[in-house]
Amino acid sequence: MTPDLIAALARIVGPRWVRHRRAELATYAMDGLPTRESYPGVVVMPGSAAEVREVVRLLHLTAVPFVARGAGTGLSGGAVADPDAVLIALTRMNRILAVDPVTRRATLQPGVINARLSEAAEAHGLHYVPDPSSQAACTVGGNVAENAGGPHCLKYGVTTNHVVELVVVLPDASVIRLGSPHGEPWGPDLVGLFVGSEGMFGIAVEITVRLEPLPPSVRTMLADFSTVRGASEAVSAIIAAGIVPAAMEMMDRACVAAVEASIYAAGYPTDAAAVLLIELDGQGDAVEAEGATVVSLLRQRGAREVRSATTPADRARLWQGRKKAFGAMGRIAPDLAVQDAVVPRSALPDIMDRIEEIRRRYGLTISNVFHAGDGNLHPNISFDRRDPDLAGRVHVACREIMAACVEAGGSITGEHGVGSDKIDYMPWIFDAETLGAMRAVRRAFDPAERANPGKVVPLHACREWRAAPGVA
Amino acid sequence: MSDVIFGRLRALLGTSGVERDADGLPRATPDTPDALSLVCRLAHEEGWKIRVEGHASWLSPDAPGDLAVSTRALDQVLSVGPADLVATVQAGTPMETLRRRLADEGMWLALDPPGRPERSLGSVVATATAGPLRHGFGPVRDHVLGCTVATGDGRLVKAGGRVVKNVAGYDLTKLQVGGFGGFGIIAEVHLRLRALPRADVTLLARGPRDTLSAAARDLVGAQLLPGALELLSPALGADADWVLAARFVGTDAAVQADVRRLGSVGELAWTPLPADRTAAFWGLVARGSLGGPITLRLGVLGGGIDDTLDIVAHDLDEGLVSAGAGVGMIRWTGDAPVERLRAVRRAAAAREIPMTLERAPWPVRRALGHFGAYREGVGQLVGRLRDTFDPGQCLSVALEGAE
Repeated sequence: MTPDLIAALARIVGPRWVRHRRAELATYAMDGLPTRESYPGVVVMPGSAAEVREVVRLLHLTAVPFVARGAGTGLSGGAVADPDAVLIALTRMNRILAVDPVTRRATLQPGVINARLSEAAEAHGLHYVPDPSSQAACTVGGNVAENAGGPHCLKYGVTTNHVVELVVVLPDASVIRLGSPHGEPWGPDLVGLFVGSEGMFGIAVEITVRLEPLPPSVRTMLADFSTVRGASEAVSAIIAAGIVPAAMEMMDRACVAAVEASIYAAGYPTDAAAVLLIELDGQGDAVEAEGATVVSLLRQRGAREVRSATTPADRARLWQGRKKAFGAMGRIAPDLAVQDAVVPRSALPDIMDRIEEIRRRYGLTISNVFHAGDGNLHPNISFDRRDPDLAGRVHVACREIMAACVEAGGSITGEHGVGSDKIDYMPWIFDAETLGAMRAVRRAFDPAERANPGKVVPLHACREWRAAPGVA
Repeated sequence: MSDVIFGRLRALLGTSGVERDADGLPRATPDTPDALSLVCRLAHEEGWKIRVEGHASWLSPDAPGDLAVSTRALDQVLSVGPADLVATVQAGTPMETLRRRLADEGMWLALDPPGRPERSLGSVVATATAGPLRHGFGPVRDHVLGCTVATGDGRLVKAGGRVVKNVAGYDLTKLQVGGFGGFGIIAEVHLRLRALPRADVTLLARGPRDTLSAAARDLVGAQLLPGALELLSPALGADADWVLAARFVGTDAAVQADVRRLGSVGELAWTPLPADRTAAFWGLVARGSLGGPITLRLGVLGGGIDDTLDIVAHDLDEGLVSAGAGVGMIRWTGDAPVERLRAVRRAAAAREIPMTLERAPWPVRRALGHFGAYREGVGQLVGRLRDTFDPGQCLSVALEGAE
């Protein structure tokens, strides 16, 4: 990175918000993916939308690539920049600009931490639904880029279902407003197109989201099963009964063991093959009646014991193990490969058998914790990346698990994004024409392909699409 | 020219794949996505304009074109997965056919679009015309997991997937849902389904418009969870007064709980519809949107409904009007000159309210555009996206108006 560029960036944001020494850059060399490390050329931390625009304009004029980054909790290597790129960290832009309890909308800057938004809305009896496990640290801007999910997305939808309006700085430094607070777009659904574009279409500098009322009544249930298959079948039986729980999460024996051995111990039965955590919400009498149906369905499918909690403290205890499962796994080994794949719900029992078979064959430690209601798996492999042989086996096993999920009719990612981690898998689920279409759409936003280059779409696998006229 | 095109299409699709419409225009009726893309590629290479049609039961088939391409032969329900609650359905499948097929297997697509029951799925998706159930189950985009689309130059793009949660790649599906065919012709759709509801109860309250809309806001505030909460003008509700219709859909327990609470919120007198009349009532509301040549929708937030209904009543009329009292979507059907519609769009835009032209005769569509005015900078972006998906400008679709 040239001294001129660093000086020019410092003129825009102030010298203290530009980092370029190697030690300073180390913080930004990885995100939540342990297998990819790369030092950005320089880190710049704009404090306002106007500064973001000025930074992007400078990079446009100098033809320098850039990567936008929130808290760096992403799990697909999407927020990591190469040395020739500028990393734009948005964590200073952490103000909630407005919360309107009447229209149930909040407008915020991209660096606002997910959990803080719900805290701010709580005073009005509202909350922001998407709740990724990293919600205490991750930013809403990052959630928008990745179309983040979370346990409670089963009933209420993922990030794209809650974002109604965006102010975006495009890579040529023009600013556009997409969508409207009403949710009815001014034209094609460009908000829907932008959410989940992994920082490759531009930078959202202002985000308006929908808030939902806190449910009047909530009941959390924990059921334990002697087989994973039984637990999976219970999930399908509940959905088939027309009940849509707010959340339906599964943890396998390895995951429960990790949780119970940690400070997050939640009293989960360690001899169970799988535990299901189910949350119902709604009006009190409906929750009670549906709860009774769920308990009976769980027992029919072989649940050994069903615990139930309705007070906030008891519910928090049942949830604690699930929410802290990833942290608990940190005790097992220095590194954790958090995988993310989706299968049709009906394929859950078979895919769990496949994962177990792959685990045994490669001699690995895999803990499964996942959103069973929507078939979104998280097989997590504990390892030490300093052991090259082990790291190699982890890589191959991840690949095999992903192939098995695709073979079952699933997808390579349900909520973590493609980033750099899964770019090689994209041709497994999209043909060359469709990958070409993705690239062409990206070029409508970013003709020079300077925003988060090298992610998501494997260029070599794309069929050629003509660039729009007037575009490089 | 028309004979040449007819002959070329017949060579491509066989005699059963091409016909002439009432005016003698060649109409291709491909029955596979590949055949659809071949037709588009041919039109692109020859520089022919395509009029996109489904069953011609929503948008009138009057866009200028050298040929029509209809999805009516793409009418197969390709797969349904009761355990996964997903289905893959060809775009020309009539909604009613799909509804019956799903119900037979205990499943349900929570969409009740305006128009006739035989309206094609592709039409509903391409125009993003959700009905009253949008209140409880979301707009059309929430029900579409993926789609296969033939672009204006005959490429076949397979967007999204068949699983209910998926963030692999950019979400190209969103561009097609509500894209009015401007970014390609939808051939197949992957749908997210629900279990067929055990209970489906509709209650009606009658009264002055503003009383009902205020009551609806109270209901939303009281956290009642109806599947639909729709305010209907007298003509649309076939009643002497305005009607607020609340539809509760779900398990018996949840529906009974909400119906009990409904009576305790506010002062309205609610009359339950007999179960055997529920489908007929909502069917009538849906067909009411065909009671005039033009249908438009306005997106408003809850508190802005009364003011916006005033604009509609003042500048247009209070004939066939419905308003999603919770989600803030107003739909108007009637007839009005282009200038008056333009004035409504301007008045709405001044209040930051987008107006989408859902259906109208071609001269009105061409003059106003489905979307009309974009915000600053958005028009160029949309233009680049259209050029990406239809580089030869073969698709005769008026997203923007000809001001």
